[in-house]
Amino acid sequence: MTPTRFEPGDHVRVRPDEKPGHVRTPGYVRGKNGRIERILGTFKNPESLAYGGSGLPESPLYKVGFRQTDLWHEYTGPPNDTLYIDLYEHWLEPARKETV
Amino acid sequence: MSEAHHDLEGHDHEGVKPSAEAGRHAARIRAIEVLLVEKGVLTEEDVRRQIEYMEARSPANGAKLVARAWVDPGFKARLLSDTKAAALELGIDASGPVEFVTVENTPEVHNLIVCTLCSCYPRAILGRPPDWYKSFNYRSRAVNEPRAAMREFGLEMGDDVEVAVHDSSADVRYLVLPMRPPGTEGMSEEELAGLVTRDCLIGVSVPRFEAVRTG
Repeated sequence: MTPTRFEPGDHVRVRPDEKPGHVRTPGYVRGKNGRIERILGTFKNPESLAYGGSGLPESPLYKVGFRQTDLWHEYTGPPNDTLYIDLYEHWLEPARKETV
Repeated sequence: MSEAHHDLEGHDHEGVKPSAEAGRHAARIRAIEVLLVEKGVLTEEDVRRQIEYMEARSPANGAKLVARAWVDPGFKARLLSDTKAAALELGIDASGPVEFVTVENTPEVHNLIVCTLCSCYPRAILGRPPDWYKSFNYRSRAVNEPRAAMREFGLEMGDDVEVAVHDSSADVRYLVLPMRPPGTEGMSEEELAGLVTRDCLIGVSVPRFEAVRTG
């Protein structure tokens, strides 16, 4: 079992990196602050798998929750609407300030 | 007509292989397939078996899971904690490297599933996604204005309900466990399954009892 860097409840920031290729982190969450909801397991890295690589070492995958109003300035729904997305560990870093 | 049959309408399944007449993309895929077979990467039989596998999956599987969860609290707990294992209990084999997670609708939270990056969908259980699920329109609006997107499917969510969108961007596929509609207390498991459409399992609709009585 790969040790995980984050635990449920941790506040994280999605790295704002520009990265070409088969990347499973959509632009709309990059640079945004969210919270670890649960650990989904470890999986082969799709950024390597897509190009014939081994995908190893396997990477922990987290379900990360965001407030919709933190993602979209023009969001018109109620403030407790949420968005969950599954992100690989290397895309996450500890949040600097706890905003979620 | 069941939702499963409905899902297949609009697709031409004259034979299982796309013919050149089916269009440029189908012809291209066929050419790639021929090359892969020629190079020994896969066989025609592998392709045929995979098509057969996918065609055998349908939203009726999801409806069975939901109906069982409604009548059996123990099964519901297992479905929420280990969807793959719960599906296997009903003879639905979703084995493979992809994980499955079921999210429960409650009076407080309504769940909506999307894949913004492509068309990830719980295919091993429900079969192929509907065309609109793969559209740019749905994929973008489900995340940035989910309430408006659901409204176009005739689903209006009150401001007292949290809308939780799940973007299945990686190795997990999501299914919605909708709430059992009121007035269905006397219904059998099979009748209950008849209330659960594909759209309910994605979260753009909810099971309605009246709709079935009049429709």
